[in-house]
Amino acid sequence: MKMNGAKIFVESLKKEGVDTIFGYPGGVVLYIYDELYRSDIRHILVRHEQGAAHMADGYARATGKVGVCLVTSGPGATNTVTGLATAYMDSIPIVVFTGQVSTNLVGNDAFQEADIVGITRSCTKHNFLIKNVRDMARTIKEAFYLARTGRPGPVVVDIPKDITIDSAEFSYPDSIELPGYKPTYEGNMNQIKRAIDMILVSKKPVIYTGGGIISSGASKELLTFAGLLKAPVTNTLMGLGGFPGEHPQFLGMLGMHGTYAANMAVTHTDMLVAIGARFDDRVTGDINEFAPEAKIVHIDIDPTSISKNVEVDVPIVGNAKSILGEMNKLLKQDRRLKEFNREIEDWKMLIAQWKESHPLTYKEGGKLKPQFVIEQIYELTKGNAVITTEVGQNQMWTAQFYKFSKPRTFVTSGGLGTMGYGFPAAIGAKVALPEATVIDIAGDGSIQMNIQELATAVQYKINVVVAILNNNYLGMVRQWQSLFYGKRYSHTDMSHKPDFVKLADAYGARGYTVDTKKDVVPVMKDALKSKLPVLIDFRVEEEEDVYPMVPSGASLKKMLLA
Amino acid sequence: MRHTISLTVENQFGVLARVAGLFSGRGYNIESLSVAETLDPSVSKMTIVTSGDDKIIEQIIKQLNKLINSIKVVDLTVTDHVEREMVLIKVSASGESRTEVLRLVDIFRGKIVDVSPDTFVIELTGDEEKISAVLNLLKPLGVKDIVRTGKVAMQRTIQHDGKGDK
Repeated sequence: MKMNGAKIFVESLKKEGVDTIFGYPGGVVLYIYDELYRSDIRHILVRHEQGAAHMADGYARATGKVGVCLVTSGPGATNTVTGLATAYMDSIPIVVFTGQVSTNLVGNDAFQEADIVGITRSCTKHNFLIKNVRDMARTIKEAFYLARTGRPGPVVVDIPKDITIDSAEFSYPDSIELPGYKPTYEGNMNQIKRAIDMILVSKKPVIYTGGGIISSGASKELLTFAGLLKAPVTNTLMGLGGFPGEHPQFLGMLGMHGTYAANMAVTHTDMLVAIGARFDDRVTGDINEFAPEAKIVHIDIDPTSISKNVEVDVPIVGNAKSILGEMNKLLKQDRRLKEFNREIEDWKMLIAQWKESHPLTYKEGGKLKPQFVIEQIYELTKGNAVITTEVGQNQMWTAQFYKFSKPRTFVTSGGLGTMGYGFPAAIGAKVALPEATVIDIAGDGSIQMNIQELATAVQYKINVVVAILNNNYLGMVRQWQSLFYGKRYSHTDMSHKPDFVKLADAYGARGYTVDTKKDVVPVMKDALKSKLPVLIDFRVEEEEDVYPMVPSGASLKKMLLA
Repeated sequence: MRHTISLTVENQFGVLARVAGLFSGRGYNIESLSVAETLDPSVSKMTIVTSGDDKIIEQIIKQLNKLINSIKVVDLTVTDHVEREMVLIKVSASGESRTEVLRLVDIFRGKIVDVSPDTFVIELTGDEEKISAVLNLLKPLGVKDIVRTGKVAMQRTIQHDGKGDK
């Protein structure tokens, strides 16, 4: 059937099973919006395009489905760049459709023109400019395919206005032809066997896992793998929720704000099994002193992640779920396993001592403690909630004190560290999972970066709870200034800010202030019952620091403990 | 160490920018790059000369492979291959030096492609050593300008001697 580009666009999205678009209209996407007016695809009208990109991202992280975003050309498109870079760093599948000026105007510095394909080339997995309406359906198919397969990531599709008006025959392609794109899923069996041989002769193994466990859906396989080896497990920030937070083999997060036990374990291990993690500088600290005595097995779907930061002994390229599945099959039949389990007992004793001597903790007394607030949120939800965060102290305390037990329940900007991410991401997650409890743990600085989305949340009755850990500072930067810059708090004072309760009220949401320990639980309970979005202003200890802390670039064993 | 990489890509607009952006964004360096269509007009071939230690070269090759539009990446340095470069040289040539230039061009199997009363433009093809040898010989005579294409390179076909692969 012949139809115009706008109609082809909407029909193609339907073929991809898209149920929700986060978007903002404008001049060059009017034909598409006219088509959406007649369509039953849900459109969430955001208040800023950055919000739309983060919502699509939150939607994707909470479900594993591709998040979709639609914006106009020029500033509409450039406003999504932070969202794209955020999704790119954390390998999150989103497709952002940007309007573009008509093809005859491209390159003319036309009104609201921006070279978004050029601008986003380095922060997308791939991007497209559609130059002919006949390419529309195929390009959309390729965009979704690229976003969700291999190492997932964001894709931009730039659509000039005239392409939405031109007509073509619509038929959605059945297959994909991308000669240069063939992601590897199955691990090489010889490498898998070599890895097992190496693991089974080790005495001090550690399993170190990241976001790849979440994106490949491998948490069950990981649990079996860890159960067979009986070896300790540590997670990166992106990996939290991939392994049960209350599991006795769990060491907590490693790295800059990782636990003492996790950092000591990777420092002294003789066998590091890295799965879907990329040896980021926030994880390794001084790379030369990271796991210095260890043999390393590295499982990752992206060959460029392997031997990028550290040399590995056995690389295995492929999907974590499938590779762990194979390893589990082999381990179950392996006669050496029992002996191995016995041999690592001393190591596990040592780790238990580290855990016991230096648990995550904080000093009681004084004003309300931010860690206490997070502990109470955990007690109230018991892991049955989607928790998003902003970036900074709020994020690190959440990673430490909320015991994530299921994948896709922790939504945070890991690689890029985007302030203003958590609130729109929470909205996106709640739109995807309307029955879920969704809480954004925020700081008083970060929440002001996308606070305008309160209007979106109120309009669509998206009842997320925002728990603001309000310490009147840009807390993490202040912490660094306190520790490394002689307490010179250069421009980190945030005490000048709106009254969050009045602000919530002005938007038509609900607001609470909490100053004392005893009010935390009742107010949270109230908030979780609310049909409206809620902002809670937790007035917490102003100069509380996040510990442990490995100073930037130092060895993991040089943790500051308090 | 220097490496010559042969990269087969889809012949689409923007692919060169993706390759160049990959190098600039990650701080790798490009010594020369040449690109043109192949027999199949939907495919182009690039020859990239770059340098770096083994770890950097490994990353460059993996990153090039990761580009959606790249079809094949071969590090020719580790295989038997032929490399050629073309250079155009504008050289002063008046009076006695005219015959000297012509002699050199003849020895190195170059060609004169433009003549004026006091200059020649020489076209010369060869590997890097040959081109720098010629340039060294011509410089005392007065080289006014040069333009080089950058290297193009191709893998050699494996020769059979009847006793199996060499």
